[in-house]
Order: sequence, then C-alpha cells, then structure tokens
Amino acid sequence: MWGGSKLSSSGSRFLGRLRSGFRSTKADSSRLTTSAVYPKNQLSWILQIKPWLFNENRIMWFKSYSMTFACLNWMKSYRLPWTRPYSTSRTTVDRSEVKTFLALAHRWWDEQGVYAPLHSMNDLRVPFIRDNLLKTVANHQPGKPLSGMKILDVGCGGGLLTEPLGRLGASVIGIDPVDENIKTAEHHKSFDPVLDKRIEYRTCSLEEIVKDTVETFDAVVASEVVEHVIDLETFIQCCFQVLKPSGSLFITTINKTQLSYALGIVFSEQIAGIVPKGTHTWEKFVSPEKLESILESNGLSVQTVVGMLYNPFSGFWHWSENTSLNYAAHALKSSLQEHPAPAEFALKGETEELQAEAFTSSGVQEELKK
Amino acid sequence: MAAQLARVRWGGVFAAAQKGPRVSCRRWAGASADNVYDVVVSGGGLVGAAMACALGFGAWDHICNMRYRAFRRMQVWDACSEALIMFDKDNLDDMGYIVENDVIMHALTKQLEAVSDRVTVLYKSKAVSYTWPYPFSMADSSPWVHITLGDGRTLQTKLLIGADGHNSGVRQAAGIRNVSWNYDQSAVVATLHLSEATENNVAWQRFLPSGPIALLPLSDTLSSLVWSTSHEHAAELVSMEEEEFVDAINSAFWSDVNHTDFIDSAGSMLQSAVAFLKPARVSARQLPPSVARVDAKSRVLFPLGLGHAAEYVRPRLALIGDAAHRVHPLAGQGVNMGFGDISSLLHHLSTAAFNGKDLGSMSHLTSYETDRQRHNTALLAATDLLKRLYSTRATPLVLLRTWGLQATNAVSPLKEQIMAFASK
Repeated sequence: MWGGSKLSSSGSRFLGRLRSGFRSTKADSSRLTTSAVYPKNQLSWILQIKPWLFNENRIMWFKSYSMTFACLNWMKSYRLPWTRPYSTSRTTVDRSEVKTFLALAHRWWDEQGVYAPLHSMNDLRVPFIRDNLLKTVANHQPGKPLSGMKILDVGCGGGLLTEPLGRLGASVIGIDPVDENIKTAEHHKSFDPVLDKRIEYRTCSLEEIVKDTVETFDAVVASEVVEHVIDLETFIQCCFQVLKPSGSLFITTINKTQLSYALGIVFSEQIAGIVPKGTHTWEKFVSPEKLESILESNGLSVQTVVGMLYNPFSGFWHWSENTSLNYAAHALKSSLQEHPAPAEFALKGETEELQAEAFTSSGVQEELKK
Repeated sequence: MAAQLARVRWGGVFAAAQKGPRVSCRRWAGASADNVYDVVVSGGGLVGAAMACALGFGAWDHICNMRYRAFRRMQVWDACSEALIMFDKDNLDDMGYIVENDVIMHALTKQLEAVSDRVTVLYKSKAVSYTWPYPFSMADSSPWVHITLGDGRTLQTKLLIGADGHNSGVRQAAGIRNVSWNYDQSAVVATLHLSEATENNVAWQRFLPSGPIALLPLSDTLSSLVWSTSHEHAAELVSMEEEEFVDAINSAFWSDVNHTDFIDSAGSMLQSAVAFLKPARVSARQLPPSVARVDAKSRVLFPLGLGHAAEYVRPRLALIGDAAHRVHPLAGQGVNMGFGDISSLLHHLSTAAFNGKDLGSMSHLTSYETDRQRHNTALLAATDLLKRLYSTRATPLVLLRTWGLQATNAVSPLKEQIMAFASK
C-alpha cells in the first residue's frame, strides 16, 4: 500500500532521467508505464518494480554520478522548495522556493502520495512530542493528553503534524510562509468541527509573530524545518522568545554527514525519488552537535537527541541510536529561577543568559528534576 | 432471532479497556449536519453491540449474573467408527464457557445503557445507503462517510464499522468482493432438559454423515443442542412432535448404525498400537446424558454457509464479525472470531487515537486487517475441511479420519495447540 506509490513516483522520476539521455532497455520503461496505470494493483506492482529497480540501480549509479554532481551544483543555485520565503535581512527563508512548493501544495493530504514519508513520520514524532510534554504535567485527561497546552507548529505545511496535536487536545497555531499550504491546511481542518476550533493557521514567518507572542507557548515544534532555514541562530532565538519558561522545543531534521549526502540526497532524491527532487541542500543540513551548541548558547538545554531511520520499502520510520541520517531533539527553555550550574546537573543544565523576569515555576522545576 | 449458541472464551477479550483516550463514539444518533461522529457501528447483533460496548470502555459484569456454564472437557467422536478425541485441561481449569445468545445480548444492552454518555443506540433504524469519501480531500467534498437512515436522517462519521451479518449491506455498498458458498445444511438449535441432573460440564459433539450434532451444557439439567443437517431433515426436526424429536436426538448420539466392521477393526488396530506406545491414557468412549424434554418454543433453524470478505478494510470502513467471515458452527468459533476482531480493532484504534491519528486512516486499519485475516483464514479453512471430511460415508475417507482423529487424540501437545488457537 505504501510502497506502491512511493516507488511509482520513484519509477517515474527514474524514467525521466532515462529519457534525458541514458540508454536503457525499452522494455523496462514500457513495463513501468503500463504498471503505473493501475494504482490499485499495488502488490503485483511492487513485485514488478522492485527487481527491476535493484538491477538497474547499480548500473545507473555509476552512469549517474557525473549527472548527479551537475544536478547538485545546479540545485545549489536554484534554491529549493521547503524553505520559507522570508524577507531579506535577518530572515531565514528563501522566496524563490515558494514556486516549486506551490506545485505540490495540494498534495499534502494524499497519504500514499509524495508526502507519504511525512505522514508516516507522525508515528514517531507525535508520541515523541506527546510523551515529553506529558512528563511536565501531573495528571492528564485520558481522552486529551495535551489539553490546556498551547503549541506553535513552525513550518506546518499542510498541517500534517498540526492536526494530530490538535486531536490530542492542544490548542495549536500553525504558521507557514507559503500561502497555498495554509489554504490547504485550513480547508482540510474545516470539515472537522473539533479541530476547526482548536487549530489556527496563519501565513507568516516566525519573526513576524514573535512580537505578539512573547512567552505564550508551552511548546514549539519545528519539524523538518531547520535544514531549510538560512539563519539558524535567529530562528532559534525567535523560538526561545516565544516559549514560556520551561517550555519545550522539538526539532526534527537531517544530519550533515557523508551518509546523509549519499542516502538523503543522492538516493532519496536522485535515484529513488522518495523526496521530491531539489527539496534539500546538503550544505544546510545541521549536525546534532552544531544544533546543540546553538540551542545551549541561546538558553535552551538539550534533553534528548535520538536518531530516526526511514525504511523506504515498508514506508515506516524507526527510532535508532544512530543519528547520522535523521534525528529528533528535545530542548527545554530554562525556568527563570537562578540556579547554579554544577557539572553534576548536566542533564538539567541551566543557561547563563537569563531573562530579567520574576516568573518562577518551582513546582514544575521539581517535576522536571525527577 | 435464532437462539444461536456461542462458546465464548472468557476474560481477556475486553480487558482491552486501556488507559488510552476514550474514543467518543456514537452509534446511530439523531444528528444535525454539523455533527461528525467518531465511529458508527452498523449492525446490532452480538458482535455489533459488543463493539459499541467496547468502544464505550465498559466492564463485563452483567453476564455473570445470568446464565452461563463453564465446561471442562470436550468429547468429539465419529458416527462411523469408534474414534474419538477428548479435549481436557490437565490443571482442571475451565476450558471455556457456554453462554446463550440472548444472555449475551441482554448483558450488552445493559452495558450500553451504562455508557450512554459516549454511545448512543438507535433501535429499529435501518441504514438505507452509504456515501464514501474520495481518496483525499478534493475541493468541497466531505471527507467523511455519510449514512442515510430509513427515516431520512443522515449521519456523518470518521469511521464506519460494518457488523451487519453475513449479508452485510455495508460490505455490498462498498463493493468488497466476498468469497462464499452455501453448505446444503441448516442448523437446528434447541434447549433441552436432561433426564437426570448431572455435573454436566462436558461438551459433546458427534459427527454424523449428515452433519455434526452437539450438546452443550447450560446448567445441571439443561443443555443446548446444535444439530447441523440437511435442509429437509432440519425442517422435519423443527416441526416434529416433542417426543419424536427427543428420540431422534438420543439415537443420533447413541446409535451405532453407521459403523462397519472394517473400520472398527482398523480403528482398534491403531488404538492398540497407540496404547502400546503410550500406555498412560485410556480414552474410552463415553456417552452423553440422555435427553428427556425440549423447551417448547426453543426450536429454531438457520441455514449454513461459508463466507470470507476479500478485504476487511477500506478508507474509513472496517468489517467485523460475520460481515467479514462466516463459518460452520461445528467448531463453535463463529462469534468468537467476531469477538477477536473486536479486540484487535479496538487495540489498533486506541493506539491510533492516542497518537492523534485520524480514525479512518488506512495505516492502522490495514494492520487490523492483516492481524485478523491471518488468524481467521486458517480457522475458516480448517473448519471447511473438517466439514467436508466428515460429510461422507465413503470408506477411504472414514478410514483416514478415524486414524487421524485417533492419532491427534494421542498427541497431547497438538491438542493443547488446538485449544490455544481456538481461545485466541
């Protein structure tokens, strides 16, 4: 069910490259096109496609290496979809990518379509967010574990992560600079009366709402976002400002390693087409160490960093100890009580930069220390 | 309604009341157009009502206060030979429980009243048509399932559960292919009074060439009858005089008219071989208690067949119970498979809801389907095979099944596996 359409898009992508100048067997391409017509017959689909893909892969890899490089160079100048088109100075997003993104804006909610891996990632990131937030409260309603919480979903896209958080009881504001995405998200939530009330969408950038929402959110979620921003430092600072003391920041992103280049860009985009081509720029990937240092230097103490692994054949994500591809991080904004930071308390480390506010939350602090 | 009997495995089925979120589910309720229900269960039989109860996260005390019976042993034997198989739990635990259909329905109704803040029941309503959503949200088309009732009202829901029996309207409306065939048999059920009060904790089943006859304990003096036989014979049985009926039952269990010498000697040959290898157990054939009277209005019949849906789930649709699979009562597993479906679907729905997922999303519905299809297909195939195997008097097959039954009886681990599988 999952694999079929993923490989369909990969197949058609592959086909495109074949036609663009490589020699290939005509029989294979015709087999591909006829299969593509029957999306329902997905099992036989996969059986047809898989062996073909494997065989051709190795040959194509060598032939395509030079092509890939040229592609990459071209891509770097092109600038890619999912970054936000913010304005020039002190902004984090690139305007020219909006166009590419617009073409896919209506495809968000096709669970077997181009965004299938993101739908499937919810199985990891929703429990990650939910469980870490539940640690900060004593009791919760059985039906709505996140009720009473205010969450900001930065770069919400079509609302893939926003809606589950809303269903769990939280009041969520989802922001995205691409207007079409917000429209798609609004349209999708409009049918569900409960979600309609709990979720609010806005077309804007993070910087634009910082002034109005200082210290309003219990949690900020930036999932698959930081690898697209230009100025990560500013981005994190804005996150810090909108978070309540002891609020949580959740980030999922891609590591900057040779493996992530090979698998995340070359394989996923060029060859298998798991991710739309040109989505990511390897230079913008952020390693966990770099992310941690930026977070810590901006008043956010890192609680968890854990790797995530995508299996393109099953379509499911798994937690992993290896963070060299995708990973998730959870950081806490310090509460405003002055605490010394001895080495033993490394886990709950406080930051040096404290805001001059009289807010204390010792009760919550005690809970966190447990 | 036919007083259809169910052998129910007690316990675990609804202990699935997790700490997960309450799926605020409604089952049929008068609604305005802006009311979207989380779940609608179509069908009010055993399985449908149980699903509604389970979704309301209730507890199961009511049946205990009514009539049910634990049984400890089960004897199954052939009419054409001496071969028999005895299921017995060594540790004297109850193997299972016999509960009447009406008793279960009564308990479920009471429980539904208890959870009526989360579950609404519409009695005497009929679904007339269903409208399915498009694959993903296109402009202005509602993503929910719409159900039109007989009185003109419409319900919208995120997930429709079809529990409306083997002629499922939901399944037909969804266009799901159904593999099915009719057995040329009907089952006669009745409540019987035994000649004398006994401990009555054994379930008896004898395979006659015309079909199996089973006697299931209900109390010290009452037992339930399930007799599968040809349509004509079943019609006769239901209309005959009480005394004739009682005689027919007794002779069905006791008469040796179908035995042949050849089979008898072949059987005893294997039996002595088994006794030589494994001298411990002696499974002598016992006879069930004799029947004296039958409850006046309790004789009913219903036709039998096999059915299996090619798909259990579609986007925003799940089939459970007989709508998904229909089986011969010879193993007493029909409604048990339905309860197993409920347990599995509930587990998957709870996990999905706790992850904030859309309840009608295919990802967890497909896991439910895989889970249950694996289990149900095996059971359906086995039951069908047994039915065909025991429907004949032809000597080679009788020999095969005689020896097979005796061999299985001798291998205790195998019997334990069978019991474990049936209890899942």
